[in-house]
Amino acid sequence: MKNEYIPFSSQVKEIIPHTDIEYTFRMSFPEAGRVKPGQFFEVSIPKYGEAPISVSGIGEDYVDLTIRRVGRVTNKIFQHYVGNTLLMRGPYGNGFDIENFKGKEIVVVAGGTGLSPVKGIVDYFAGRPEEAVSVTLIAGFKSPQDILFRKDFEQWEKRIHVIRTVDSASEGYEGLTGMVTKYIPDLPIADPDNTVFITVGPPVMIKFTIMEILKRGIKEGNIWISHERKMCCGLGKCGHCKMNDTYVCLDGPVFNYAESRDLID
Amino acid sequence: MGYQLEKQTADEIFNCLKQDYDIFAPKLFAGEGCFSDTDVIRYGKVESLDEICWSRRSDYSFKEAFLPVNEVLFYFTEDSTSVPACRKKPALIFLWSCDLHALRRLDAIYLTNGPEDFYYKRLRENARFVLMGCEETCDTGFCVSMGTNCTEDYDLYLKVEGDSVLADLKTGEFQKYFDGKDCREQEVIPDHVTENREKVTLPRNLSTETFSDSVWESYGSRCIGCGRCNFVCPTCTCFTMQDIIYRDNENTGERRRVWASCQVDGYTDIAGGNSFRKNQGERMRFKVMHKIYDFEKRFGFPMCVGCGRCDAVCPEYISYVNIINRLAKEEA
Ligand SMILES: Cc1cc2nc3c(=O)[nH]c(=O)nc-3n(C[C@H](O)[C@H](O)[C@H](O)COP(=O)(O)OP(=O)(O)OC[C@H]3O[C@@H](n4cnc5c(N)ncnc54)[C@H](O)[C@@H]3O)c2cc1C
Ligand code: SF4
Ligand code: SF4
Ligand code: FES
Repeated sequence: MKNEYIPFSSQVKEIIPHTDIEYTFRMSFPEAGRVKPGQFFEVSIPKYGEAPISVSGIGEDYVDLTIRRVGRVTNKIFQHYVGNTLLMRGPYGNGFDIENFKGKEIVVVAGGTGLSPVKGIVDYFAGRPEEAVSVTLIAGFKSPQDILFRKDFEQWEKRIHVIRTVDSASEGYEGLTGMVTKYIPDLPIADPDNTVFITVGPPVMIKFTIMEILKRGIKEGNIWISHERKMCCGLGKCGHCKMNDTYVCLDGPVFNYAESRDLID
Repeated sequence: MGYQLEKQTADEIFNCLKQDYDIFAPKLFAGEGCFSDTDVIRYGKVESLDEICWSRRSDYSFKEAFLPVNEVLFYFTEDSTSVPACRKKPALIFLWSCDLHALRRLDAIYLTNGPEDFYYKRLRENARFVLMGCEETCDTGFCVSMGTNCTEDYDLYLKVEGDSVLADLKTGEFQKYFDGKDCREQEVIPDHVTENREKVTLPRNLSTETFSDSVWESYGSRCIGCGRCNFVCPTCTCFTMQDIIYRDNENTGERRRVWASCQVDGYTDIAGGNSFRKNQGERMRFKVMHKIYDFEKRFGFPMCVGCGRCDAVCPEYISYVNIINRLAKEEA
């Protein structure tokens, strides 16, 4: 019988720094073909503990993990990586199903590291824009220093509609400013019934974003979100991620808003 | 197969069982209760039938004997991990009907919610259960209301009545211990209660609207978030992961899981200083709704088995039974 708690060791193939505290770790994973955007791994360093981290990119034999340095485990990951390995187990969770978005007007609204779990979707449709009616990415960061995936943005801007904004910036900043919600009212939407929104970010951001989306006449069933909750196991056992009768680690983290709006913490 | 036998014969059988099993049962610890001058009944390894506390429901459940409070998942050294071996002898655990029903709740989470849990499964396969009957109801239990007052799922039933012992063998595994002994075959039906002092009416029309019921608010200040209600509950399964470094060699350590409580601070903390259910009232709602609504929606039967331990242990005298009955009344 498989012991799901035992991690495997994975080689750090490459590091892509974004900010001082956010790097992408390209991790070798031979079975990357079965990983979906929105799924996550439990990443650990022995003696320091585990942290759930979303896949932010999927290659032939690797997965990207974009990690923000916030505490015990993630600090250690940043100090430890050079030419080294990390322990991982997963992938866990349901992930996004690309099929739900094909042939639609797609709008992705992401805040901060929330861009990681949806990055696979953006990559997919930026590579194949013809598979959607239109693709818009609204990405918000706290300040210009916090912007992630700069190189990817350069590529995306050539192929899809990108609105990249920062909450605030010092004078002279040339880019857009303001919360992501500011850009939802004026989005060109041809057919609300054929428009899907995907939104990921901190809980408050999700809340206000959904309010704006609904004002545009989008049906609840056309909105997808990914929830972040405390997770210790990723296996439906530890209980920390539970809301109502739902285990975010098993049934999510990706949810259709119509089915998950009544989930209460 | 049911038997009547002399106590002395039963003692001999018990001694043989002891060779092959580690036997755990509720025992009385005088003066160690959580209120002053009270006793506590909790699980421990027993060496004889006389050590077992048959008649008073244990304050802590069989879960203490069955699942480790701290469980090592693996040890690590610089570059390898190793999984600790399972207990050598199988465990033989004495318990009451409500608790045997609780086992089914533990199974639901550990064996059917997501992939099977390696550590639980091996403990489960390595444990046998001896039912103790209930001649009278305990003070705070409401097993009859929850339909957990009877069970057939035991491996062995034992009842000691002075010099006479009744036994019922549900599985063949224990037959060999009775063969050749002075036992009289007879039908044995486990004692069980048909009425409790506490009666609970499960609200049957709960919905997500119940989440915003005003019932919960009053617990915001009363509950002190000590988590005892979770630790005594035979159906609570939550745990938190912990990595430990050994002091004498920094390169070695272990990853373990430790029982956790949804009533205690920190249960939902996530990065960025966010946490959910900051108020004890919300935590109470989370717990109670899980016990009588959410779990049933997912698995088809309620989580709570009505053992009454949570009400008996609460230092703030919070009555979970009252909460349920109040919800039922509001519904009526
Ligand atoms: C499904 C999911 C996907 C995630 N994806 C990413 C990602 O792609 N990139 C990223 O940088 N972060 C991601 N996170 C958040 C990340 O898991 C936490 O930042 C990390 O666990 C913090 O660990 P730490 O030991 O470094 O911090 P700690 O020192 O433990 O503490 C920092 C804070 O993180 C909280 N925390 C600790 N453990 C967990 C846990 N298991 N789950 C959630 N919070 C926890 C602590 O309670 C504390 O508030 C994700 C979380 C979830 C649930
Ligand atoms: S919730 Fe209380 S009464 Fe129900 S099983 Fe748990 S401890 Fe027993
Ligand atoms: S209900 Fe009682 S036992 Fe449970 S956490 Fe609150 S004070 Fe402690
Ligand atoms: S993360 Fe443990 S139950 Fe979901």
